[in-house]
Amino acid sequence: MSTDIFQAMAQSVIDGEKEEAARLARQAVTDGIDPLVAIDQGFVAGMRYVGEQYTLGEMFLPDLVLAAEAMKAAIAELEPEMARRGTARQVLGTVVIGTVEGDIHDIGKTLVGTLLSANGFKVYDLGVNVPLQTFLDKALEVNADIIGLSTLLTTTMINQRKFVQALEAAGVRSRFKVLVGGAPVTRSWAAEIGADGYSEDASGAVQAAIQLMQGG
Amino acid sequence: MSRPSFELISTEQVARILDEAFALLAHTGVRVSLPEARALLASGGAAVDENAEVVRLPEALIRAGLQSAPHSFTLYNLLGEARLTYGDDQVHFDPGSAAVNVLDADSGRQRPAQSADLLRIIQVAEGLPQFAAQSTAVVCADIPVPIGDLYRLYLVLLHSAKPVITGAFTAEGGQRMLRFLAGVCGGAQALRERPVAVFDVCPTPPLVYSAFAAQSLIDLARAGVPAEIVSMPLAGSAGPVTLLGSVVQHAAECLAGIALHQCAAPGAPIVWGGAPAIFDMRHGTTPMGAVETAMMDAAYAQVGRSLGLPTHTYLAASDAKLVDAQAGLESGISAVLAALAGVSMVSGAGMLDFLNCHSAEKLVVDAEAVRAALRLREGMHELTPTLGLEFFVGIDFRADFLKQKVTRQLFRAEQSLPSAVIDRGSVRAWEESGRLDTWARARLRVEELVAAYTPPDLPPAQAQELRERMAAEQKAVSA
Ligand code: B12
Repeated sequence: MSTDIFQAMAQSVIDGEKEEAARLARQAVTDGIDPLVAIDQGFVAGMRYVGEQYTLGEMFLPDLVLAAEAMKAAIAELEPEMARRGTARQVLGTVVIGTVEGDIHDIGKTLVGTLLSANGFKVYDLGVNVPLQTFLDKALEVNADIIGLSTLLTTTMINQRKFVQALEAAGVRSRFKVLVGGAPVTRSWAAEIGADGYSEDASGAVQAAIQLMQGG
Repeated sequence: MSRPSFELISTEQVARILDEAFALLAHTGVRVSLPEARALLASGGAAVDENAEVVRLPEALIRAGLQSAPHSFTLYNLLGEARLTYGDDQVHFDPGSAAVNVLDADSGRQRPAQSADLLRIIQVAEGLPQFAAQSTAVVCADIPVPIGDLYRLYLVLLHSAKPVITGAFTAEGGQRMLRFLAGVCGGAQALRERPVAVFDVCPTPPLVYSAFAAQSLIDLARAGVPAEIVSMPLAGSAGPVTLLGSVVQHAAECLAGIALHQCAAPGAPIVWGGAPAIFDMRHGTTPMGAVETAMMDAAYAQVGRSLGLPTHTYLAASDAKLVDAQAGLESGISAVLAALAGVSMVSGAGMLDFLNCHSAEKLVVDAEAVRAALRLREGMHELTPTLGLEFFVGIDFRADFLKQKVTRQLFRAEQSLPSAVIDRGSVRAWEESGRLDTWARARLRVEELVAAYTPPDLPPAQAQELRERMAAEQKAVSA
């Protein structure tokens, strides 16, 4: 019976049905299934399948995004139970992400955040036009591992550099990995400003974040 | 003679799009993040929720804006010469704007654009009659950011006798550019009477006017300098997935912009423009060369035309990374569709890689597509009293039409002459001239146009004025 419910959980993520995913998560709690097991053997299995199919070109961004939303809905239902049991989901890392001050381009940053969270990161998306201090405050508050800065404008790229400098000035540079991205951002720019990672697209961003967590 | 035209949607669909856009603005409204803009709209009868910054627009307010917005306007150059009209059933093209990179012709790779690259693009576009206007084509990485938007405009004004399609990066930047223009055009009144530039203003999809965009509309309206609304629903991400759904959003964003703009200064010139794209569901990109992108453009242009407004769109651009076959086919097809759709100003030529990259070489190739598109739009000329009969007098079954005087007299009216970018020679001639492909021919053509470039005949005092004002602005910013 457990394997049935795990399969249904995976399927709810694959289908991107967030009400169904949430319902199955509630049922798991009622049935006394360990939330961590439900996540790992149920929902994550579905997410992994969707990720693979996306890479193969068989599934598309709407599949990926709806799967991630279903996953989020399930985890939200399981969180109180995890807290009650004193356990916590093994997250790959905590990421604070946003689009820098002066820039309101939203779509790419949101996609990166969604894929990171779908792939096991805890993501705090601060939105667009975010002052550098807000990134830092949030990162300190949630003890982030990675801070992701997005910008689409050449005129605001400078804020990525300023942010790295601000981390240094605040004496916390070594506490966070800085990941940068956005259309005009290149590998050489990332190197020049002393960022830790860079990617030109969302799936690359996940790879880069995983690498950063492995200390690479 | 009838002009060929492409009407993608039915009259009923145009009416439904407008009905739904009016309903959207009346019920959902738009978010306008500038208090002054909300106040202006409120005084025109809009219902404002100050906390949410949401403005709901009654149809009457929008209709009043549509009533006062002019159906056409003329653009000038710094010499005071009328150069083109937006509206009046004219179709014009200009190079795309604000690329981050250029395609370096020697290395074949993208690199950040410099002011020297902008100058080169201006010189090339100046020699191509297919482009009625210039654009501030790239953002120059070698110019300090705070004056970057002004500096591009300055470069174009100094080096071109064509009007310019431009835009600011911040509200202050826009105000600085308007001050500058008034200064070099002989005052605010002269600028209003003979505008030399059009400013793009982008709502944020879906249905948001940022403080910057709203401020720009107000400032432009009051200055009487044409504003071009560049609405860009991205179908499936920042807009509905259906093409018609995104066209409804486009209409709503344009109507809201027009309402605000006309509240600020009734009668000021404004353009029903845009740069929508479908959202590629595999790569998360915004393909400008997709046929569905061109379809949204053709449809919204039809809506704009039905309101009698001048229109604008982004086509003749490609998502290819090189000036290759993909670049040619995407830019060529979309240039033709834009011309047939009767769009007043079509921006985008020269651009690659989702508007990220500019190429002078692509611009000269695109110029050939534009030439063909404009020729197509002229339609089938009726140049003689009979359509064909008279040509056969004395022909006696010989293929001697080349000997007829009328052939020499009329062939130029019938055939648009391509440049050497298009190869129509024999294969032997092609072999002998070094087997050049389109890219190689385009490089030669660029060199040729740069060598043949002649600067505009600006009176020395005016050129001096331009330089001094630019220097003063530079100083003010670095101080
Ligand atoms: C849509 C769009 C807009 C929309 C944004 C809508 C929204 N809700 O987000 C609107 C209309 C608001 C807009 C406004 C402007 N825009 Co705009 N816009 C675009 C456009 C066409 C597409 C951007 C997009 O969403 N792409 C799709 C997403 C999925 O891709 P992406 O953002 O690149 O993200 C991917 C990667 O970059 C990466 N990534 C992104 N962030 C991060 C972060 C991290 C940490 C990592 C690792 C990776 C990563 O992964 C993402 C997913 O694959 C681009 C052209 C382009 N090709 O980029 C121009 C473009 C970026 N805009 C441009 C300009 C000039 C402007 C304006 C200044 C125009 C104006 N005069 O008003 C304003 C700026 C306003 C402001 N202050 O920000 C220029 C920039 C030029 C320059 N030199 O900087 C561009 C290049 C177009 C052009 N040539 O004119 N724009």
